[in-house]
Amino acid sequence: MGNKIGVYVCHCGTNIAGKVDCEHVAKYAGGLRDVVVARDYQFMCSDPGQDMIIRDIRDYGLNRVVVASCSPRLHEKTFQKACQRGGLNPYLMQHCCIREHCSWVTADRGEATAKARRIVEASVNRVGRHRELFTRDVDVLPDVMVVGAGIAGIQAALDIARSGHRVHLVEQGPSIGGHMAQFDKTFPTLDCAACISTPKMVAVAQEPNINLLTWSEVVDVSGFVGNYTVTVLRKARYVNEDVCTGCGTCLEKCPTKVLSDFEEKLAFRKAIYRNSPQAVPNTPVIDAAHCKMITKGKCGICQKVCPTGAIDYNAVERREVYHVGSVVLATGYDTMDPTVMSEYGFGRFEEVYTALQFERLNNAVGPTGGRILMKNGQPPESVAIIHCVGSRDKNYHEYCSRTCCMYALKYDHLIKDKVGHHARVYNFYIDMRCFGKGYEEFYRRVQEEGVTFIRGRPAEVVREDGHLVVVGEDTLLGMRVRVPVDMVVLCTAMEPRRNAQDVARVFGVSQGQDGFFLEEHPKLGPVSTATDGVFLAGSCQGPKDIPDAVSHASGGAAQALALAARGHVSISPTTSYIDPEVCIGCKVCIGLCPYSAIEFDERRKVSVINEAMCKGCGSCAGYCPSGAAQIKHFRESQVFDEIDGLLGMHAPEGPCGESAESSANVQAGEPA
Amino acid sequence: MKTEFEPTILAFVCNWCTYTAADLAGTSRMVQQPNVRLVRMMCTGMVDPKYVIKALLSGADGVLISGCHPGDCHYMNGNYKARRRVRLLKEILPLFGIEEGRVKLTWVGASEGNEFAATVNNFINEIREIGPMEARSMAIV
Repeated sequence: MGNKIGVYVCHCGTNIAGKVDCEHVAKYAGGLRDVVVARDYQFMCSDPGQDMIIRDIRDYGLNRVVVASCSPRLHEKTFQKACQRGGLNPYLMQHCCIREHCSWVTADRGEATAKARRIVEASVNRVGRHRELFTRDVDVLPDVMVVGAGIAGIQAALDIARSGHRVHLVEQGPSIGGHMAQFDKTFPTLDCAACISTPKMVAVAQEPNINLLTWSEVVDVSGFVGNYTVTVLRKARYVNEDVCTGCGTCLEKCPTKVLSDFEEKLAFRKAIYRNSPQAVPNTPVIDAAHCKMITKGKCGICQKVCPTGAIDYNAVERREVYHVGSVVLATGYDTMDPTVMSEYGFGRFEEVYTALQFERLNNAVGPTGGRILMKNGQPPESVAIIHCVGSRDKNYHEYCSRTCCMYALKYDHLIKDKVGHHARVYNFYIDMRCFGKGYEEFYRRVQEEGVTFIRGRPAEVVREDGHLVVVGEDTLLGMRVRVPVDMVVLCTAMEPRRNAQDVARVFGVSQGQDGFFLEEHPKLGPVSTATDGVFLAGSCQGPKDIPDAVSHASGGAAQALALAARGHVSISPTTSYIDPEVCIGCKVCIGLCPYSAIEFDERRKVSVINEAMCKGCGSCAGYCPSGAAQIKHFRESQVFDEIDGLLGMHAPEGPCGESAESSANVQAGEPA
Repeated sequence: MKTEFEPTILAFVCNWCTYTAADLAGTSRMVQQPNVRLVRMMCTGMVDPKYVIKALLSGADGVLISGCHPGDCHYMNGNYKARRRVRLLKEILPLFGIEEGRVKLTWVGASEGNEFAATVNNFINEIREIGPMEARSMAIV
């Protein structure tokens, strides 16, 4: 049977038709070989548009379909499904893009139309070579892994666990809670962070469906959607979690003091420590680099005082393997170290703090017991809060960190509240971005509390006569300002975690320009990634405040659950195939395959693909010296014909081919 | 003569990075010269040198191959394979009278829409400088 091709050119309103003469392109396509019907239509992705394809498949006996509209990354599946509904194998359809790669980026209408014609012709050429392909269904393992146990990871884990699915929650730190555990109050409600996060942390510990793996890291991931094998490194804690009661005697007796990262280096912790009294789990961990018993073999006090004998200096790390259907990444963010911006004096002047340090100054279990105090033990009489430190700055991070305006306002309020209303607070800002529910109202409230707002990024912080002076310009007044203050708080940028690149590599996700993990689509796919079965939650995808992180996490959980609950997933059939008649048995492909999906059949002396493991990357096909290895749907003949079409190798005579059906265009609202 | 020459460029781009970047360039309306036409591949690792030569012999004046940044490949290391292969391909192109500048390999990540538009426009200008493919008329296919 010969090919009967239907071509559909979408106007996409004026998105395509504004630059491409769609009617002309459809007419041209109508004159191409094997094309029996060619139409242009306002919106191909609409129901009437899809119905048009389905009806034509029946009426004209179409066995190939070409849709020219937006990017196949957006709507290829839509039209594949439409073909399927019309009784046509979805792989006998070719979707080509005349919007993102043509109408939207071409200045001239004539040129855009000519380019669209070529693109359509290439697809018509190519689709003639398409073959029926069938997706395979594979089972999805019911368990889910969540990586990172900040507020996003916690939320995702709880959502999944409460549906009845088992969750392995991996956290690299000794306890869960992430950055939120360091905060005191949250904007704009001034809820106490611990009051709202501790119940969730405890719920995680008590949830029987959650397997909590703290002090652990994912070191290897293999497999594919629905069937991931994850190797988790359980670092040596030196404290037996099953025996320890969390009494804390060891912490009191340990003689070694180390600057605490959790306290942002404002206080000391012991060599055996936990982040805070509310830590979940409350089992301490021994910092092997500083423990005198482990480094020098002298001390051993914690072991002596431990009432349950939980201390084990000889503990070793171990690897555990988990089989999960999907993964939710919630690895969070780091705050920028402002030392590099030496003009602000962080690290040089002791009363210059980062935002996270200031959070600790406010925290009831922090180094000052929740009082805002300077190093000399006195409360500051005046504080400068510098916004956008490292954010919205071409030299550091171009993006806005989204949370700083609001936490700066929170600090304004807290200073007025805790130090007293006589305390002067100066905000140096570029723009105020109070975009959330109740945020603008909070801004107004803080303004009414008598806080000073100065528009303009300060030039530097200097020290004169023992006082800090912020030097800058008030760009609204057009005047230079010099503001003497006791304390400076730097609203530091949120940036990708230091190890984001390693995590990205292990899980096979991409990073965007900023280094945050790249979502599948910035608008419509903000939780999924290009790797099926790996989802994102929270600030590992980009700066987020708590409500955004929590809702993003619930979104990630829902996606993972959708997979787990359905129990099976369709795998693309566009894998490799090695023609045994052509294969010369050179084995080149075997060494090239990154997934070990090719084996050698000793009896027939040919290479054989294991389709369950093949992901269709084409490493074998591109190198096969005999042409035996081919990627289905990207076969040599298909690519060759596409190239011919793009280059106009078989273009019919004349500027626009005519055929009986080519005038069968339909206008909006009256499909033929 | 050169001012009238409008080169035809074929670009083999990987689905995961550069094709996505091309989408983004489109969504962001970053105008490009119309001379480039994309061939979507799943990975630069599946771009057979045959495709490049075929394109050059069939009317393309330049061929762009673009994929994920090193270390970012969706298929672990397909882009490294492409890099080696293009290197080898460039060694043999001059033997056929084809300037090696007609084939270019670049990395454009999925979020780099502006980079994609710039790459395309620059490459078109480079090929415009090199001029039409003379070797094609002498080749016996």
